[in-house]
Amino acid sequence: MECHFWKIFALSSAVKILLIPSPHSTDFEVHRNWLAITHSLPISKWYYENTSNWTLDYPPFFAYFEWLLSYAASFVDPQMVVVTNLNYASTATIYFQRCSVIIMDLVFALGVRRSLRALKITQSSPQSFAAAMLLLFNVGLLFVDHMHFQYNGFLFGILLLSISFLLEERYLLSAFTFATLLMFKHIFLYMAPAFAVYLLKFYCLDSKCARNAIICIVKLAVVGLTPIVAAFGPFYNQIDQVFSRLFPFKRGLTHAYWAPNFWALYNTADKVAAKLLRIPSTTGPSTTSGLVQEFEPQFLPNITPRTTFVLTLLFMLPILIKLFAYTSKSESKATFLRAVVICSCSSFMFGWHVHEKALLMCLLPLCLLFVLHSTDATYAYWLSIFGYFSLFPLLHQSCVLLLRYALYLAYVAFMYGQLANLYPNERQTKLHALEKLYTVGCVLIPLYEHFISPLLHLDEKLPFLPLLLTSLYCGLAVTYFFIRYYLHALAISPSASFTSKTNFKPNTTTTKTVKAKDNSKSKLFKSKLKAQ
Amino acid sequence: MINANILAAISAAIAVRAIVSLNSYSGQGKPPMYGDYEAQRHWQEITTNLEPKYWYRNTSENDLLYWGLDYPPLTAYHSYLLGNVAGKYDESFVELTKSRGVESDAHKTFMRLSVLLADVVIYLPALLVLFTVIVNQQNKKSMFVYLIAMILYPGQILIDNGHFQYNNISLGFFLLAIAAICKEKHYVGSFVYTLALNYKQMELYHAFPIFIYLLRTCFDQKSFSQKLKKFLIIATIVVSTFVVLWLPWLGSLDSTLEVVGRLFPIGRGVFEDKVSNFWCVVNVVYKIKNKISNQQMAMLCLGVTAAFVLPINVHLFFNKRKETFLLSLVSTAMTFYLFSFQVHEKSILLVAAPALCLLNSYPLETLWFLEVTVFSMFPLFVKDGLEMPFFVLLFIYHICVKDIVLKEYNYRQFKNRVMTALFSTSVYSMFIIACVSLFAPAPARYPHIWSLLISVYSFVHFFLYFCFCIWQQFVNSFTKIKAA
Repeated sequence: MECHFWKIFALSSAVKILLIPSPHSTDFEVHRNWLAITHSLPISKWYYENTSNWTLDYPPFFAYFEWLLSYAASFVDPQMVVVTNLNYASTATIYFQRCSVIIMDLVFALGVRRSLRALKITQSSPQSFAAAMLLLFNVGLLFVDHMHFQYNGFLFGILLLSISFLLEERYLLSAFTFATLLMFKHIFLYMAPAFAVYLLKFYCLDSKCARNAIICIVKLAVVGLTPIVAAFGPFYNQIDQVFSRLFPFKRGLTHAYWAPNFWALYNTADKVAAKLLRIPSTTGPSTTSGLVQEFEPQFLPNITPRTTFVLTLLFMLPILIKLFAYTSKSESKATFLRAVVICSCSSFMFGWHVHEKALLMCLLPLCLLFVLHSTDATYAYWLSIFGYFSLFPLLHQSCVLLLRYALYLAYVAFMYGQLANLYPNERQTKLHALEKLYTVGCVLIPLYEHFISPLLHLDEKLPFLPLLLTSLYCGLAVTYFFIRYYLHALAISPSASFTSKTNFKPNTTTTKTVKAKDNSKSKLFKSKLKAQ
Repeated sequence: MINANILAAISAAIAVRAIVSLNSYSGQGKPPMYGDYEAQRHWQEITTNLEPKYWYRNTSENDLLYWGLDYPPLTAYHSYLLGNVAGKYDESFVELTKSRGVESDAHKTFMRLSVLLADVVIYLPALLVLFTVIVNQQNKKSMFVYLIAMILYPGQILIDNGHFQYNNISLGFFLLAIAAICKEKHYVGSFVYTLALNYKQMELYHAFPIFIYLLRTCFDQKSFSQKLKKFLIIATIVVSTFVVLWLPWLGSLDSTLEVVGRLFPIGRGVFEDKVSNFWCVVNVVYKIKNKISNQQMAMLCLGVTAAFVLPINVHLFFNKRKETFLLSLVSTAMTFYLFSFQVHEKSILLVAAPALCLLNSYPLETLWFLEVTVFSMFPLFVKDGLEMPFFVLLFIYHICVKDIVLKEYNYRQFKNRVMTALFSTSVYSMFIIACVSLFAPAPARYPHIWSLLISVYSFVHFFLYFCFCIWQQFVNSFTKIKAA
């Protein structure tokens, strides 16, 4: 089977063009505003400007990118780049901004192509076809970039390039690309520890000689810091202001719509406990009121940014240690990918003010792991079901409801088909009956949202209940994935590296130990919770 | 695994339709008459507010000049059903006379969803059934190809989900009927086809081959009593379905004729706008519209159509095979499109629907034809503001079906360099004509030059495919007989 990589890319671009008329979110205005700010103001005012609510809160490279884009924008529609033109959305503006996302996705395609090559997946293999389809037609990117409106595609392209350089053992280039990526969108700090540990171990400490190690560390630091200096250089006298925009801790523990993470479960537990114990509700804003601001839990202890930070790092440690303990480069590569997923997932689970979109940082690298190992593929399938499902609240307009379900179903069904196609004889790709039941249970939420609640007139009384159900249901699933996948990544023997994917045999004893560990881990998990 | 892939393909097809639904519809924001969208909405208004006997009658409350109902009863019942749902949701959607020209996002969503519902409930399942029936007779390896080629056909998507119509219902019933008949389920087939006919009278384009095929199956029974029994059962099914559906208008001959008169208006002229059919092309060199009266024209059309339809169907009667059946369906429908009276450009969908069944016998020719059918409706899409979906869908279809899927299976036709080159040249020319017509204004002396060019260009292709189908039908049956 031929891969047709560029034809698949052309098809995916065509679908993205078709999606241009779909309704966009406020992020569209956010990016238009940034075009206007960078175009009409001197660089020193970029991070001070606050005419619009949507102030510039991405790192400088992204601002430079918008600045370059704004020249083309002013050519297309000069009104687009006027700061005071709030909520300006002429047809030309819509086409320009949407097309800029679609064109920038070329970087994404290059990243996908490069990473497939770096993983030594031959172009004509079914693996290559599956990975190309899953990445280029990624339904999460379609939702977030091409309907909701953001520029994640090309950022993930840079990430994939950085990953492929690392897999190709071009470490300095990889560090440089990753640092550049951070200067585009600092949320990729979530997965930085995996890069740091891998580069430290296999680049700096590769030779036993201490002097070489120091030289390597210096080289790595210089290469890694170059993009950072280039980015922040022009803002050297207003670093505090820039950082206060980049890390707004005033926004509260959870977003208006709770991302399906640990804190969603925490908040729900708090609500339930408060109801059960009849704690009178405080007059302040509550978590479900749909506002972005700080709130106090009614029953459980209050969480500070520091707590979330410590928890996140704590949960990253085991996989980082595991990665550090590898001795062979070729064997460590699959685990590096797993570490990227797990680090992102830890940050997603425990981070401060996490958005639901951040789960893409687990889901996209998992598309690569999907074609490497049957077990990874099963976990990727599981997380995809719930991860993309949890993005639905982003697309809430009535005209895209059916569309979002159809796209989601097509993607998940394709993934299921590929699971059976790539791993035809492996028992491990089958989900447990209870897991299957849980996946099918997803249907209940749309059923409630669109049929039961309007019929019972609950939609006026409890308008946020579907959102709460979505984040709770998916939050449980993501937590389950996090625990299971973490244990799988830790338990995997070094021999099962990605080069030996064909003779990777299911091992019943490991699954048993995984289950045993699963129990003990979840107990540990609970005791940790109590400790807080 | 196959099932997961089919589910993925069907979901993707629904997604594409839902995306096209986001675009504008015919007559959006164009008072006072608007377009087909308003026609469908107006029928909901009429059917929910008036007694059935007034649906087709010109009264003070039902001005037939404003999108009067001119489709058969099943369409009216469907409108009645939708109108009731719409009224439950928001009474202003179907308020008598006051609701004319209602346009809002909520209403658009409602109307678009009603078309998508028909896609999900009737059209796509019909294609799926047809696909399993036809592919079962052929090699299984390549089966998935056809499903994609069938469900992504852009013509139906652009007309139903873009322009706004419910062809998916009548075509869905028709395709289901073909599937049933090919599966030897003649009673189901005749019932479902009657439904199709009662949804849109244009389904008459397919009546001859279906009638002949069913008649021949009656003749093929062993004894005379069995022949008669089979014929009587089919006749009873068809007649009783008609009677039940037409019940409100069967009270008197006048009321029945009133409905019939609405369905077949002779007064409208031989063609509207620019259609890629024979008369329209002849009209370029010889102005028949001015030289011949409407009555004479109708007779002329009837004569030419009959001259083609009769031999094709007589041949079908004596060569009853499934392949002949499918070919004759295409060529009969094509005869009506090319030579009959009062043809719309959208009627090409009635030729394209049975042509979908020929995809696995003649992939290259049929794919070529299908792409031209979409192109022939280009002026309509420009009018509706659907240029972008037109280009993108045709691009997706071309790449998906020709470049990826069909090449994968190394079809012998695709190894034929000359044919492939001709195909590509034709498709690229189509693309160029469409682009030029968009960006280069027509000269003042010939304001319709582009739509005429498109008509003539499509007509040439249609005529060639028409000849190809007839040739296949006649020549193949002779070679088969010789071989036997």
